[in-house]
Amino acid sequence: MSTVPLPLLEAAEDPRTRPPLVLGDNDFASVTDKVCGIVERPRPPIAWYIAFAISSALTALLVAMLGYLFLAGIGVWGLNIPVGWGFDITNFVFWVGIGHAGTLISAILFLFRQKWRTGINRFAEAMTIFAVICAGMFPAIHTGRPWFDYWLFPYPNQMQVWPNFRSPLIWDVFAVSTYFTVSLMFWYTGMIPDLATLRDRATTRLRRIVYGVLSLGWRGSGRHWHRYERVYLLLAALATPLVLSVHSVVSFDFAVSQLPGWHSTIFPPYFVAGAIFSGFAMVLTLLIPVRSFFHLEELITTRHLENMAKITLATGLIVAYSYGIEFFMAWYSGNPYEKFTLANRALGPYAWAFWIVLFCNVVVPQALWFKRPRTTPWMLVGISILINVGMWFERFVIIVTSLSRDFIPSSWGYYKPTWVELCTLAGSFGLFLTLFLLFLRFGPMIAMAEIKSVMPAAGLERGPHRGHGQYWGEIPHQHERRQEEGQP
Amino acid sequence: MSEPTAATAARAPRTWGLLAEFDTVGALLAALEKVRDAGYVAFDAYAPFPIHGLDESMGIRMSRLPWLVAGGGATGAAAGLLLQWWTNGFDYKYLVSGKPFFGLPAAIPITFELTVLLASLGAFIGLLVANRFPELYHPVLPARGFARATTDGFFISVEARDPAFDAVGTREFLEKLGAKQVEKVED
Repeated sequence: MSTVPLPLLEAAEDPRTRPPLVLGDNDFASVTDKVCGIVERPRPPIAWYIAFAISSALTALLVAMLGYLFLAGIGVWGLNIPVGWGFDITNFVFWVGIGHAGTLISAILFLFRQKWRTGINRFAEAMTIFAVICAGMFPAIHTGRPWFDYWLFPYPNQMQVWPNFRSPLIWDVFAVSTYFTVSLMFWYTGMIPDLATLRDRATTRLRRIVYGVLSLGWRGSGRHWHRYERVYLLLAALATPLVLSVHSVVSFDFAVSQLPGWHSTIFPPYFVAGAIFSGFAMVLTLLIPVRSFFHLEELITTRHLENMAKITLATGLIVAYSYGIEFFMAWYSGNPYEKFTLANRALGPYAWAFWIVLFCNVVVPQALWFKRPRTTPWMLVGISILINVGMWFERFVIIVTSLSRDFIPSSWGYYKPTWVELCTLAGSFGLFLTLFLLFLRFGPMIAMAEIKSVMPAAGLERGPHRGHGQYWGEIPHQHERRQEEGQP
Repeated sequence: MSEPTAATAARAPRTWGLLAEFDTVGALLAALEKVRDAGYVAFDAYAPFPIHGLDESMGIRMSRLPWLVAGGGATGAAAGLLLQWWTNGFDYKYLVSGKPFFGLPAAIPITFELTVLLASLGAFIGLLVANRFPELYHPVLPARGFARATTDGFFISVEARDPAFDAVGTREFLEKLGAKQVEKVED
């Protein structure tokens, strides 16, 4: 078998050549061993148990808080007129935003043929699924009466009334549930070949049965791969507009209303950019510790981190621009309410939250202009955590400041969360991390089949191809070669 | 496994076909072209990852799944528009903030979401149906060494039902193509 020419491996720092996507002395078998080895070790490391204990305790806290909410009603939260949306919807928008990175990495970067996505897409997609689960919970509980949630669906009923399809709130139901369903199918479709790998390596009967059923009998057939690749491309093409639509629809919840501070046409792109910004920050926050903990530096290279940091910076700049435009439009529109709302954000009772947002989302990401923070894992984690904090507060500022002081000063108010709301937020992180830790333990967290297809040995003996195979040098294309051999 | 029952014991194992293993992607593709050109039809390749050029080497025609996806999308769009028009604009009209009972701009988000949802379901379910999934048992799966097909093994199978199949001749042919080993697969 041919090997990668050495100069190419050493050229990782040479900007004229693309660095390899898999470093070190790896072949197909060693990639499988590395990824499956994490799932196959008899016991997870101690640190996993500690993390799981903490996260499941937080999940239990979430269950307790929800139980309390359902028994006592939303009076246990700090919500009251004029602020009817507080932590609940802030958390919803925050988690939906986190859920944007996965599908962006897997769908949009796939369409743009960004081969480096193969190292991180599975991980990010899993994060998307779990974040959307956390997000979907909040609209379902925020009325305090989740047993009436079925009213959201259009079904013939004895009340003889249909949902109001002219309301963005019902658009949200369709957008988030479609996004969840499509992301789940996309994630699962991508995982079938890797689940088959786990099945074929299974040493116990239980594992063979479970992974066998989950992999549906995948055997790597050429005819199956052909359809699989068509479907994967189609799902990517469908998920691309979808991922842009979800946060646009979420932003309609605000933008379609008449409230100063919400009623703004820049909201859809502004929210989408913010979602990708926060999603990438969350991927980095989780990926970097996992990468070093499971020694995956050869598969998730510094180049991967650097690319993600660049996307974070780019979307962060769009977010910063949107902040600027919001203020500009408040002044330019000449609308006194709009002007007041924006001034109130920066200088009013919630100014502390506003300046946190500005620091975390505008000032901090500027560090990513420099190579050292982009390529130093601990710095990236620090920046990412600050961005996550900033993006949570961004939604808090948009929602709460606009509601707390609108048109008539006599109806102004100040919203403070109660301990129940704080614990519910902490609990949603617990649920997210619990699902995530279970995935790390039982699922293939790196897309093995995809990463193999961008390794040099996947296409080296053969010429260049349109798709996955990486082209490493002067190799005649098969048609040319056939012509040289005198075949038709 | 379980005790042989009367039904399974009565059925002698039949030859399903031959399974040849190759070392590299290049060897697999070169051999596949020869198998295709030799006139075999019931053959297949197995690889741990999608190989570009495999469709061409195997002579696979373009899948018709995209039509199913287009059909799903069209159904979703029609269903979305009809649902919103019928419920809010026809069956039970009620005025909300002076908005029209049915307006196309306000109907776009849900129409779009349902289009994407049904198109994606078409793609996903179409994939399962076309690949006959779930198919938890297949004769090649228990074959010796075949577990490597999902790690780093490249295989070609030629089925016995192929008119051009000949237990001895096909084996020799596959060996001549550079197969590392050729194994008889029973069903």
